[in-house]
Amino acid sequence: MSNPVTEFYKALTEKVEQSLAARGEADKIVIQVGSATCENAAGAVDVMDEFLKHIQSSGREDIVIHRTGCTGRCSKEPIVGVAVPGKMPVKYERVNRDVVHRIFTNHVQKGLPQAEQILDGSIDPDQQIEFLFCEGKRCGVGAKLNFREVFQRKLQEAGVAADKVRITSASCFGACQGRSGAHAHVLVRPFRALYRVTSESDLEELIQKQVLKGEEVPALKVTDKPIYQEFFDLYGDVSFFNRQSRVAMRNSGILDPDSLDEYIKFDGFKALATSLSKHDPDWVINEVLKARLRGRGGGGFLTGKKWQMASQQAEKTRYIICNGDEGDPGAFMDRGMLESDPFSILEGMMIGAFAIGACKGFYYIRAEYPLAIKRVQNAIEKCREVGILGDNVMGSGWSFDLEIRLGAGAFVCGEETALIRSIEGKRGQPKVRPPYPVVRGLWGKPTSINNVETFANIAPIINYGGDWFASIGTEASGGTKVFALAGKVKHTGLVEVPLGTSLRKVVFDIGGGVQDDLPLKAVQTGGPAGGFLPAKWIDMEVDFDPLAKAGSIMGSGGMIVLSEEDCMVDISKFYLTFTQEESCGKCTPCREGTTRMLEILEKITSGKGEMNDLDRLERLAKLCQQTSLCGLGRAAPNPILSSLKHFREEYVEHIVDKSCKAKKCVALIKYEIDAETCIGCTVCARNCPVECITGTRKEAHVIDQNRCVKCGQCFEVCRFDAIERV
Amino acid sequence: MSHAVANTDNWEAVKAACLEFLPEHIIRYIEQNAKTTHSESQLIAILHMVQSHFGYLGKDQMHSVAQLAQIPFAKVTGVATFYHYFRLQPRGKHIINVCLGTACYVKGADKLAARLMDQLGIQFGETTKDKLFSLESTRCLGTCGLAPVIMVDDQIYGPVSPAEASLILEKYLKKNKGHKTAEASKG
Repeated sequence: MSNPVTEFYKALTEKVEQSLAARGEADKIVIQVGSATCENAAGAVDVMDEFLKHIQSSGREDIVIHRTGCTGRCSKEPIVGVAVPGKMPVKYERVNRDVVHRIFTNHVQKGLPQAEQILDGSIDPDQQIEFLFCEGKRCGVGAKLNFREVFQRKLQEAGVAADKVRITSASCFGACQGRSGAHAHVLVRPFRALYRVTSESDLEELIQKQVLKGEEVPALKVTDKPIYQEFFDLYGDVSFFNRQSRVAMRNSGILDPDSLDEYIKFDGFKALATSLSKHDPDWVINEVLKARLRGRGGGGFLTGKKWQMASQQAEKTRYIICNGDEGDPGAFMDRGMLESDPFSILEGMMIGAFAIGACKGFYYIRAEYPLAIKRVQNAIEKCREVGILGDNVMGSGWSFDLEIRLGAGAFVCGEETALIRSIEGKRGQPKVRPPYPVVRGLWGKPTSINNVETFANIAPIINYGGDWFASIGTEASGGTKVFALAGKVKHTGLVEVPLGTSLRKVVFDIGGGVQDDLPLKAVQTGGPAGGFLPAKWIDMEVDFDPLAKAGSIMGSGGMIVLSEEDCMVDISKFYLTFTQEESCGKCTPCREGTTRMLEILEKITSGKGEMNDLDRLERLAKLCQQTSLCGLGRAAPNPILSSLKHFREEYVEHIVDKSCKAKKCVALIKYEIDAETCIGCTVCARNCPVECITGTRKEAHVIDQNRCVKCGQCFEVCRFDAIERV
Repeated sequence: MSHAVANTDNWEAVKAACLEFLPEHIIRYIEQNAKTTHSESQLIAILHMVQSHFGYLGKDQMHSVAQLAQIPFAKVTGVATFYHYFRLQPRGKHIINVCLGTACYVKGADKLAARLMDQLGIQFGETTKDKLFSLESTRCLGTCGLAPVIMVDDQIYGPVSPAEASLILEKYLKKNKGHKTAEASKG
């Protein structure tokens, strides 16, 4: 008997295939331009405009522009990709109008890539073929040979010039489906071919056919389509990307976030169709339980368990909410996913709704994210148009609809009970739990609240199986986690790695290390609710439980790298200023506790601290941690407690020596002019806002310390390094 | 205006009275919304509409919303004052938002803020006398990769040094040359 859902999905995919084929892009030159809040801020709108002008004036019809979301390589944006059929795809960094002109006239029209602008200088334009060897933990288990080394040797023996072929390692392609073996998976770019080799003769065959003749070797090809392949096909040359494993962000930077057709092309809504066609919510819950997916918003509660609890409630009117109130300063992965792949969040949410039997869902998104709101709105409308959303979803008989609700700038609304009140149109103040929202949530009905990233993982779990997902992460938590890597790190951006990956890999291998190669001081995870991990813990595994044990939290995944130039007391004060301002004021420990702790920190950083302030601070912090009503108050002291634990000597230094080694605490530093180095150019005196620098031209200047406001202006404008911060 | 909650008898009169303070599309939205279940939950959305129309939430506007949506005025102001996004005072023509998120802070947003305050002669939350600029701080615009960033109206700039911030200010000053200027910039 035919299943109406399967029929519906089949018809949908056929229609999409036709309409994509009608675009006829297969043998055209594709110029890919990123488009998200950060890309646009960096100038992507101008870049797009300039390319369109160039294409128009060239009169060529074999060039198309493809708009995509954002890959998360923030510090190098805007990023542009140029894919000429049969040639290696090239990515350019920091593109502006001038660079567009150079790319267009030289690369697109004459076939000469612009080496100096290539993203991370990753590929040499002369190299025509690239072999990526999987370095995942399941490849080569029990193998008698090192495939990469043998391949390299055989290439030489075959007389292939070393500069023609590029050989790289990359993280797992997912071709193993979670099974280890004595094989190697090799991705060959630009041929988009993924091979499984098991012997020396396989490698020889690859060299003879793929390298020397450019022919594929069908017998060795991996036939099923692993989740990461498209991403590696496009971005495999860049080390920032090829060390990552993209599950939640599988489509970011690959497809047009406004196009339902493109999402469907990459297996979009297949997982929803599978779930609906089975008519069995328990099957969905079971897969998610098997996946050991833990909530990505911070709490780390098992998603499957949450859904199970909601589905078992006697009350039949149930709701599902997507928590997109990404308020942590320094976290932007939810924005990234909502802007770059809104359909996948929608699909995950619908599967969740089906699992718990919800009739209606709400997106709660920060008002600060206008582009994300626009794209989600578009996704909702497109899905309604084709019958994926609304009455009788995909012909299954189940009806479900979605609505967007905007936040209005209150950090505490990320807490689930506060979020519910905000959706109800009230002040976003938390309530005592239990009862938990899965029992009594929105308008008193059972409600499941899940984070954006959690939903982004659902479709892959259904498509590839819960066991596969669990095999990616650790014993306790399956899958990957997206981190927003920022602060004093060379490559800032969004990084998705398997749970259990070491901090070192994230900060150094992917992030490129600390800015200016300064020594690493600490890594702060989890935003204002998290703690500091000192540099000596750089080899620790990043996962929910180890982080909690270390006195920090996973939180939503903010990761701020701090160098020797950062003062821990100052950063703790920064976080506390934040939580103090964001405290909703409902419970006393949080409202008063954060205020008093902040006062003590201000006292210390202004040089008026006493040693017993530290005890007071610690006692207050513990009190606030133990007695506050909600997560905000309970976690607010984390930065203080963890910095006191690992960097107590810095607090003591501020109190006893009245000095700040990192030169951040304004009250504890002063500016002086070195009479030897000063040539009397008068720049500092002219820039001083309080006119406290005196001296005649060509003679050493002097700062009047009594009047100096320590703004640091002179320090910045002096071109002779004559001003010292002491 | 009267602060009594409207009842169905004088609905048209209430509507007419509110028309003085609210644009028609917002009134229509509230009216349509009233027919749905949990209509009171749309209060935040309504306030968003009012703020995007006027730039802030005035007392008269909030009274009108309270009357039309049949939500006590105390609840309306309660919500309006709870959320940072809502402004109760009129703001300048251009809103300068300095991001004080962690990434921006670590990269020197405090210096950037100090320079802007110095040049505009105002603190966070204030507006210049000529009503050209309002200075505000925000907690993370989510563009941490470009830190430190500022957002002028809807345009994000980053990374911005204190010197570049001055240049950005000048750009907006130039654009508004016709605008009646008081002491907007010291430089």
